[in-house]
Amino acid sequence: MKHAPLLTLVAAALSLAALRLAALRLAALSLAALSLGSASAAPISYTLPDETAAFKAGPNLEVVQNNCTACHSADYVSTQPRGPKFKKDFWQAEVTKMIKVYGAPIADADVPKIVEYLAATY
Amino acid sequence: MLDRRDLMKRAGLTALVTGLASAKALALDTATLPFDNGERPLVRYRQKRPMIGLTSRPPQLETPFSIFNDGAITPNNAFFVRYHLAGVPLDIDPDKFTLEIKGKIDHPLKLSLKEIKKLRAVELIAVNQCSGNSRGFFEPRVAGGQLGNGAMGNARWRGVPLKTVLDIAGVQQGAKQVTFNGMDGPAMDTTPDFVKALDIDHARDGEVMLAYRMNGDDLPLLNGFPLRLVVPGYYGTYWVKHLNEITVIDNVFDGFWMKSAYRIPDTPCNCVEPGTAPKATIPIGRFTVRSFITSLADGARLKPGSTMLKGIAFDGGKGIREVAVAIDGGKTWTPAKLGKDLGKYSFREWKLPIKLAAGPHELKVRATNNAGDTQPTEPLWNPAGYLRNVVETVRVTAA
Repeated sequence: MKHAPLLTLVAAALSLAALRLAALRLAALSLAALSLGSASAAPISYTLPDETAAFKAGPNLEVVQNNCTACHSADYVSTQPRGPKFKKDFWQAEVTKMIKVYGAPIADADVPKIVEYLAATY
Repeated sequence: MLDRRDLMKRAGLTALVTGLASAKALALDTATLPFDNGERPLVRYRQKRPMIGLTSRPPQLETPFSIFNDGAITPNNAFFVRYHLAGVPLDIDPDKFTLEIKGKIDHPLKLSLKEIKKLRAVELIAVNQCSGNSRGFFEPRVAGGQLGNGAMGNARWRGVPLKTVLDIAGVQQGAKQVTFNGMDGPAMDTTPDFVKALDIDHARDGEVMLAYRMNGDDLPLLNGFPLRLVVPGYYGTYWVKHLNEITVIDNVFDGFWMKSAYRIPDTPCNCVEPGTAPKATIPIGRFTVRSFITSLADGARLKPGSTMLKGIAFDGGKGIREVAVAIDGGKTWTPAKLGKDLGKYSFREWKLPIKLAAGPHELKVRATNNAGDTQPTEPLWNPAGYLRNVVETVRVTAA
């Protein structure tokens, strides 16, 4: 309990602050009627821009769209390294990671289709 | 988790539903990072200037490198963005926001933002850098976000020491770690939520901060509004955004983002033979020493004669002791003049007047910190693509 006095102190400071804030808010309310601006932080409602990347045409595209786009955009795939070392084994490991690590609910039958698409298309 | 309204607000999903994915493209232009498959759109987000778009959902934005030549502080609207999970909190009412502190403490707390702001504030200038900054330069290449060098930034953070809040809560005997969770969440329940942990002594060092201001303004939403953890000298993975839940625990946290992800080889160099797997790994920690030339881009052409070379250097908190430059491909090194010291966690600017004869030149820069740590001439490799800090080379032609 050695922290209790400190806590009480802080709690008292906080409630004092709250009282002061309440008073400020009352004052602000009466001011708000006169001016549009307010010192209080306004709620933020943020909008993300539209997604521009799309999966390229390729075998089993629909299977890929159905399984992958729930969690991430297509640029997660299209920006990965390319070349002979980044074909079937690479993409098999990535799909396995999505299932085992990130819990993607991908049906067993869809896995080879997705790997085929990724290896053939990217 | 996302509610339905949140989901519909997610522009990407809206676009998929309505089939307008390409009609409203916001890409202004493109940028090309200097590695294979490095073409990126320059994208426009609210509260941000045009940024290099790595991914759109979850959003990952890289700072165009030329901005680092403008000064030691990275503007909020140019600061990089990295999310792991698509559930970005888009509607936040700072008056309703609360930070919960729970677990092995005497007094569980729920603090409003106003209450946090009433506590004694501190300020600190510190670099935040993504663990995977510069991953695209790894050879052999590795999976993950293919970033150039722009997933870093330096800001003046204002907030409350985490220690203050933990002391009010009263940490109990036997506490081992503190975990941090933010308002962002996964799109699926089966995906591990993004939760990070620090050892209790680190959490109480007085420097780890609950920050609500960045360069004198509220945090931009995509940088963690209204409150984020600042862990000076440590990679960005620990700087939990939209922080609303702190838990003191009496064991070592075994969540995915600590136990399996963000780990580096447990070897003296934290590296392994390229293309091989480490036998044992540890959680990533402090930044390695880095330095960059910012006044000339790779491939630049300039007039022969005198020019002022400029750049930045930083490390994980010892502070930069020396920056040396070679304009002959690395044979002879000249110390640069260090700029104003903004603290041991900040970018340190440097400059050096050089003279270039007509022809091609390889300019190199190498920093050393106060502990004597420096940068390797050859890149060190690890399978996750973390910790890159090779001596950087900028090739220019004077003509």
